[in-house]
Amino acid sequence: MPPPASSIAVRAEALVKTFGSTRALDGVDLEIPSGTVLGLLGPNGAGKTTTVRILTTLLKPDSGSAFVAGHDVTKDPDAVRRSIGLSGQYAAVDEHLTGYENLYMVGRLYGMSRTDATSRARELIGRFRLTDAGDRPAKTYSGGMRRRLDLAGALVAEPAVVVLDEPTTGLDPRGRLDTWEVIGELVADGTTVLLTTQYLEEADQLANTILVIDHGKVIAGGTADQLKAQVGGERLEIVVGDAAELAVTARVLGEVGSDEPGTDQNQRRVHVKVDTGPKALVEALRRLDQENVAVLDVALHRPTLDDVFLALTGHVAEEEPAAEEDPKGRKKAKTR
Amino acid sequence: MSVITAGARDSGVVTWRNLMNVRRQPDLLLGATLQPIMFVLLFAFVFGNSIGDDPGAYREFLMGGIFAQTVAFNSAYTTIGMAADLEKGVIDRFRSLPMTRAAVLVGRTASDLAVSAIGLLVMSLCGLLVGWRIRGSFLDAVLGYLLLLLFSFAMSWIGAYVGLAAGSVQVAQSAGFIWMFPVTFISSAFVSASSMPGPLKVVAEWNPITAIADAARDLFGNTARTGVLSQSDAWPAQHSALYAMLSCVVILVIFAPLAVAKYRKVASK
Repeated sequence: MPPPASSIAVRAEALVKTFGSTRALDGVDLEIPSGTVLGLLGPNGAGKTTTVRILTTLLKPDSGSAFVAGHDVTKDPDAVRRSIGLSGQYAAVDEHLTGYENLYMVGRLYGMSRTDATSRARELIGRFRLTDAGDRPAKTYSGGMRRRLDLAGALVAEPAVVVLDEPTTGLDPRGRLDTWEVIGELVADGTTVLLTTQYLEEADQLANTILVIDHGKVIAGGTADQLKAQVGGERLEIVVGDAAELAVTARVLGEVGSDEPGTDQNQRRVHVKVDTGPKALVEALRRLDQENVAVLDVALHRPTLDDVFLALTGHVAEEEPAAEEDPKGRKKAKTR
Repeated sequence: MSVITAGARDSGVVTWRNLMNVRRQPDLLLGATLQPIMFVLLFAFVFGNSIGDDPGAYREFLMGGIFAQTVAFNSAYTTIGMAADLEKGVIDRFRSLPMTRAAVLVGRTASDLAVSAIGLLVMSLCGLLVGWRIRGSFLDAVLGYLLLLLFSFAMSWIGAYVGLAAGSVQVAQSAGFIWMFPVTFISSAFVSASSMPGPLKVVAEWNPITAIADAARDLFGNTARTGVLSQSDAWPAQHSALYAMLSCVVILVIFAPLAVAKYRKVASK
């Protein structure tokens, strides 16, 4: 059931922003129903950060309009700022303040009293599993802990809308899982979230709806499953020991796969698209075993952002000079 | 809550945050304290014996100049502080919060003023060691320190503007300091303006640093023994305290709005 218009937490229409000769945003529309998570997926320089900066009042669009929690970002930026929490691409944690002091400061700057800011900071430190580190300067924190602290900072004022700009960029796998878990809890609480990411997997894990953005335009949208269907699911690859077994392998993969299998004689490899992932893998191995085929290697490739881009645009997600999207100076901050 | 109390609260929070930073990194104070000490010792003992006949008189003359130079250098610390906040994304977080816009600047200049006061204290003690004394009235001495702090605060706003314009800490580190050298040396901070050649003399006479240095010497009662280092007879030299005060006001009136406008613009590129 589509939500009524009043429960749209974020709405942007035809946003355009140019930097010099670069059209960073070329008419972006988006809508986030209250209590849902929208993943904005795209490569560097696609316009994700520019969109976020406009929606968080850090940047004015050249044209187009945007409303966050019912407030116009250009006409009433202060009301927007009171309704949002932002966690940036570069964790804006003051590393010489303790975790607790960082959150207390943010609370005070939201206009909370000393008492309220103190108790809120303590509460969040506990909730984000920073209790042991709460009174240590943030510079002693690991990357994942910093990111958790930054996320906590976005939640201090219990904002209606939380904006997470590439929350796991630059984190190691462990920090990434850690951060996903925290965002997952946030989502379970019913907070409206706008999430930008370069990773399909991340959008898949966290977002209800995904918008794919490239060259400042939204090029596709839908649930993760819908997008994957466009890409064509996963690809199963089997390498056999004997070239004579390639034919039977191709037949079996044709039965479990969703398209015509391809065969690489030199590598003794057969590959096929599958819709059911690991299930298809298990089924293929079981049947190959029945046929007494000696399998040397097996791999299941999940669709990557590159696959999505290839399927949607016909070109690979290219790395663009990030300077187009990042105002000067910000790039150098990416040191940790 | 009224706009003014909200602004004062936000500025207070930012000042607190900056001072906590200083407390956790005491080496930040080294620049503000060791550098003036070094200057006092270098000038007192290296130049002191070759300028004029009486080294004691030169040290007496020198202290007003070093005070003026030190508070002028406060602008460089503001420059670096602002640039660092910008680079780390702290400014972005501040700008996304419903806080008073100017509070980041007021907080920065206020905390740098506090650091500057510590620098003045350390330097005064160092001056006492090399023979400098406050020879005027208590009230004049208080006025002298207040004038130095006012100048420090005014220079800090120039620094804030430069820091926001610099864009990175590396640029800020050179941009913050480089212009301070001609500005402080083409003045009566270390030698009398009247000894300089033609155009330099005019620049030095009208340089606010000259006025601050001369006013500090006057208010601390350090003008009696200076002999060959006597002040010039240009109008600013004859009315140094008034001209110094006016300079501070003019700097603030120009650079405070400039810095605030720059702050609004800088992260929205």
